[in-house]
Amino acid sequence: MSSAPSPTSGLRSLAANLGRAPRRILQSMVRTGVPRTDRTRSTFVFGNVFLHLHAVRTHRWSLRWSTTWGLGIAAAAAFLLTLVTGVLLMCYYKPYPDVAYQSIKDIHFVVPTGRFIRNIHRWAANIMVVAVLLHMARVFFTAAYRKPREFNWLIGLALLASTLGLSFTGYLLPWDQLAYWAITIGANIAQSPREVTDALGITEAFDPGGFQHQLLLGSDVVGDEALIRFYVLHVMALPLLLVVLLAVHFWRIRKDGGLARPADVDERLGPPPADTYPVFTEAPTRTYHLAAIVRGRTEAVGRGPENTVPSMPHLFYAEFGVLMATVLLCLALALVSDAPLKELANPTVPENPAKAPWYFLGLQELVSFSAFLGGIGIPAIVLLGLGLIPFLDREERGTGLWFGGPGGRGLVAQAVALGLAAPLAVEALAIRYGWLREWFPDLPQFVITLVNPGTVITALYAAFSLVLVRKYRSARAGAIGLFTCFLCGFVVLTIIGTYFRGPNWVFYWSPALWPQH
Amino acid sequence: MTPASTPGTSRLDPEPVTRRDFLGLAAVGAALSALAFATLGMFRLPKAAVLSSPSKKFRVNLPESLPPGQPYVPAGRSVAVFRDAEGVYAISLVCTHLGCIVKSQPDGFECPCHGSRFRPDGSVAKGPAPRPLPWRQVTSGSKGYVVDEDASVPVGTRAKA
Ligand code: FES
Repeated sequence: MSSAPSPTSGLRSLAANLGRAPRRILQSMVRTGVPRTDRTRSTFVFGNVFLHLHAVRTHRWSLRWSTTWGLGIAAAAAFLLTLVTGVLLMCYYKPYPDVAYQSIKDIHFVVPTGRFIRNIHRWAANIMVVAVLLHMARVFFTAAYRKPREFNWLIGLALLASTLGLSFTGYLLPWDQLAYWAITIGANIAQSPREVTDALGITEAFDPGGFQHQLLLGSDVVGDEALIRFYVLHVMALPLLLVVLLAVHFWRIRKDGGLARPADVDERLGPPPADTYPVFTEAPTRTYHLAAIVRGRTEAVGRGPENTVPSMPHLFYAEFGVLMATVLLCLALALVSDAPLKELANPTVPENPAKAPWYFLGLQELVSFSAFLGGIGIPAIVLLGLGLIPFLDREERGTGLWFGGPGGRGLVAQAVALGLAAPLAVEALAIRYGWLREWFPDLPQFVITLVNPGTVITALYAAFSLVLVRKYRSARAGAIGLFTCFLCGFVVLTIIGTYFRGPNWVFYWSPALWPQH
Repeated sequence: MTPASTPGTSRLDPEPVTRRDFLGLAAVGAALSALAFATLGMFRLPKAAVLSSPSKKFRVNLPESLPPGQPYVPAGRSVAVFRDAEGVYAISLVCTHLGCIVKSQPDGFECPCHGSRFRPDGSVAKGPAPRPLPWRQVTSGSKGYVVDEDASVPVGTRAKA
């Protein structure tokens, strides 16, 4: 028993508590201790708000490189990089015409590491676009959009659209010649439904193009109002949207039962490695306790944990590896290649040639025949088609396998051949002999809007895919044909737009042949 | 009748909708449509009522010796002013395709962005431009001519000196 505590004991325990404080802070943060056993590894995942977007255990199929090539994580990592570097750039950037240009110049030449950070931002944005496109192709070719993952495919499309929107709004901010004219063209594409309403003679009464144009620019010219709008979209509205969509996208992966895998996955993988032991002795009938009051079953219910491994460390280390590789790639590119900055925007002299960011150059090529079709019509058709795929293809054969489904690789090869040949042939014709307007100068505009290289190529692709649906009696075969064709068409047109179009959008075999001016 | 007594439903199943719930649903519906209207209303803000663009009306002093067919482009404007025997006229230089500024050539106009070409009267000769270049209003005042880039006039309209 102790009498009144000595005056020093209070101080002593205070000092002792102070000494233990760092460990206790850590313990209060991570309640479950070191993730060393299967149990603590599980609690490590679901005790963490960020990690618990993942399942506690991951199927071995999902961890094979060839299942995903880490593309989704690479896209997310690139986004993270743009987020961090973007916030840094905001310290100096001022969204007002001319001042904006000066501030970018300052970032480039005066601000410590400014040029490097801006380069990283630009490269990460580009890599994000590439990774998102490849990730979509991966999901498509492994038929991973099928039931129950249809909705996540739609979320993915929304993510693709916001990614492109983010990139494009960022393009204006430097307020140089490149930016100014790309946005002028972009804003006029938003206005191009007038091509149709004019042809119908209803623009006075119904003018969606004019409305979009005005909403985007806040004025009828590209000026200070437009710049602030693009800035708000770029630094606030679109990133917020993208983060929310991303959270849903990740969460749905888990709710949809992890990544898609073939029905015979166990035979393909062989027996589980010796160091995995079953955590459940029988297949669970509910995912977890809360689920006891939920009706219906989630995708994981009824399946045992066979062939799964703990997400910590297997999945997280793999994801971390992809993250580091992406960062490394962006830093390396940022070191060797500078983000461009042309002269200050000049509203009376267009940049010649005025080129959009590279991933829009395929569309710009189509736009050079019809603004509405290339800029709005075809992208809308493509997005709609992509969105419908999982609801038209209700088959099961080949899910989770590369080029799975009827036809397989042979069909993809055929589709690649047609997908490359069609745009090459149509473009060659148009470049060599011109298009309808040159042949029949008095043709009404709506004929040209309806019949131009963009629509001809699309029609060829669609016909091919319908033939495939008939031949294989399978929607998946048609989808493979169409998707592969559009992917090839995108590549061909992008390359033509990027490397073979010079001043006045004239065809040149190489930029070295461009006339000097 | 309590829902739990119906065979085949468990305590955890949602109760069938009663009249009281109908009122609840109506309330939720009303709240949701109010939100929807509020969201639509928010679009009124970014749709500017007054456009900030500067006035497009300006005065030009044509050089005394401007041969017919030779354009005069006032600094900072995207319109070309011509003079011939019949009078003075102005043709917009903003391409009707996607808004680049066309260059005046001996045989008309040429757009650098996607290669549209226009004849000297502004009509489309080639390329993706859907409409001819509009003619702008020119009025002759006491001190030279006034061009209004916001006002279009029929092709062929000229201002007499
Ligand atoms: S903007 Fe003139 S041709 Fe496209």
